[in-house]
Amino acid sequence: MNLLGLYNYWVFAVVLMIGFYAVVARTNLIKKLMGLSLFQAAVFLLYITMGKVSGGTAPILQKGVSDAVFSNPLPQVLILTAIVVGISTTALGLGIVVRIKEDYDSIDEKDIQEIDRQCPR
Amino acid sequence: MTVLFGVFLLTLLVITALAVVQTRNLVVAVMLLGIFSLLLAINFFLLDAADVALTEAAVGAGISTVLFLGALALTSEHERKRPGRRWLSLLVVASAGLVVVYATFDKPRFGDPDAPVQRHIGPWYLEETAQDVDIPNVVTAVLGSFRAYDTLGEVFVVFTAGIGVLFMFSAPRPRSGNGSLSGSTSEQSGLQDELLLGVVGRLLVPFILLFGLYVQFHGEYGPGGGFQAGALIAAAFILYALVEGQQRALEALPRQALNALMIGGALLYGGVGIAGMLMGSNFLDYSVLSEDPIAGQKLGIILIEAGVGMTVSGVLLSVFHAFGARDRIR
Repeated sequence: MNLLGLYNYWVFAVVLMIGFYAVVARTNLIKKLMGLSLFQAAVFLLYITMGKVSGGTAPILQKGVSDAVFSNPLPQVLILTAIVVGISTTALGLGIVVRIKEDYDSIDEKDIQEIDRQCPR
Repeated sequence: MTVLFGVFLLTLLVITALAVVQTRNLVVAVMLLGIFSLLLAINFFLLDAADVALTEAAVGAGISTVLFLGALALTSEHERKRPGRRWLSLLVVASAGLVVVYATFDKPRFGDPDAPVQRHIGPWYLEETAQDVDIPNVVTAVLGSFRAYDTLGEVFVVFTAGIGVLFMFSAPRPRSGNGSLSGSTSEQSGLQDELLLGVVGRLLVPFILLFGLYVQFHGEYGPGGGFQAGALIAAAFILYALVEGQQRALEALPRQALNALMIGGALLYGGVGIAGMLMGSNFLDYSVLSEDPIAGQKLGIILIEAGVGMTVSGVLLSVFHAFGARDRIR
């Protein structure tokens, strides 16, 4: 049971590394962005896990209930905004990838480097 | 029981993440990423983060999927296999992963109420919210009032990202490359040929909009707020665009209106902050906005949440239309 208490953190580590692998090992730019999304999602999971209190509930106060245990609201606030900022930056990344495709006719890192080597700008 | 359910969901999460990276078909990868987000949202719900779960479900499973598919339509759907330094990457990733796992043994156990993170400022917010702001949802209170500076910054980041995408697509498409400009606008007529999808989609739009508005204005009392509502309202209009075609969606909510939403939201947020200054207090201190400090706090939070919702929905819809309006290379 004690070790199960770390399961969330291990899942965080594994998903983080899966995302990291996609970023370093794959040459397709969209796959890299997906890897970044996974990486980001793992960090979200870490924060939300840290805020959880056993037997707690969502931090929404109720009138007349004074002995309720609440999970920590602060990590939730940070991650809530981080999710929306994350999608905006992903959209920006996708925009850059589309423009790269239009100029280089490829979204593969190796092709792009090859073209850059042949005709330096 | 909940613990077992959580373990099951987290294991599914890892499997889905592996599948996202494994598959060479990028459309499949996008769908799997959507499933990943939905699983993550359920996990957040189990971890007592109702607001975050709502955001992740609307943004991750909904809008992110549409944006990735939009980008795929403009690039290519298949990922080429490349011989490369796969083993070196695996080695780097595995060793980094081992370090992270090793570090987790120092973490407090799951749900430990005595963990340092629970001892510090969290309880203070829970107490102060009841006294100073007096709205039930502590997450909204922290987001909108106690840490309004952070949220303002994040709204500006979202706004800047939206401007960035619009800027990037403002350049005309270069005519080089081997693709011929097909420029077929008739192609973008949506799902009008698909009777069932069209009818069901059209039926869903008003309800999603209504739910978005509920989430926006009920955010002080239950899970919700500007970020979630912005994503939901954007999702409703994106669904409308997918069913009726982009042209009809742009007639319903033209580009100028979207720009006004983006800019107006950010200005409204900043304006509330400056109004507080003009009335003799600090930037983004809402207590002076009304005779009664608590009523002022409530007014300020409603206004800035409206600003957040406007900017988020405006940016997401502008980005969607920017991707959709781009000519395809083929």
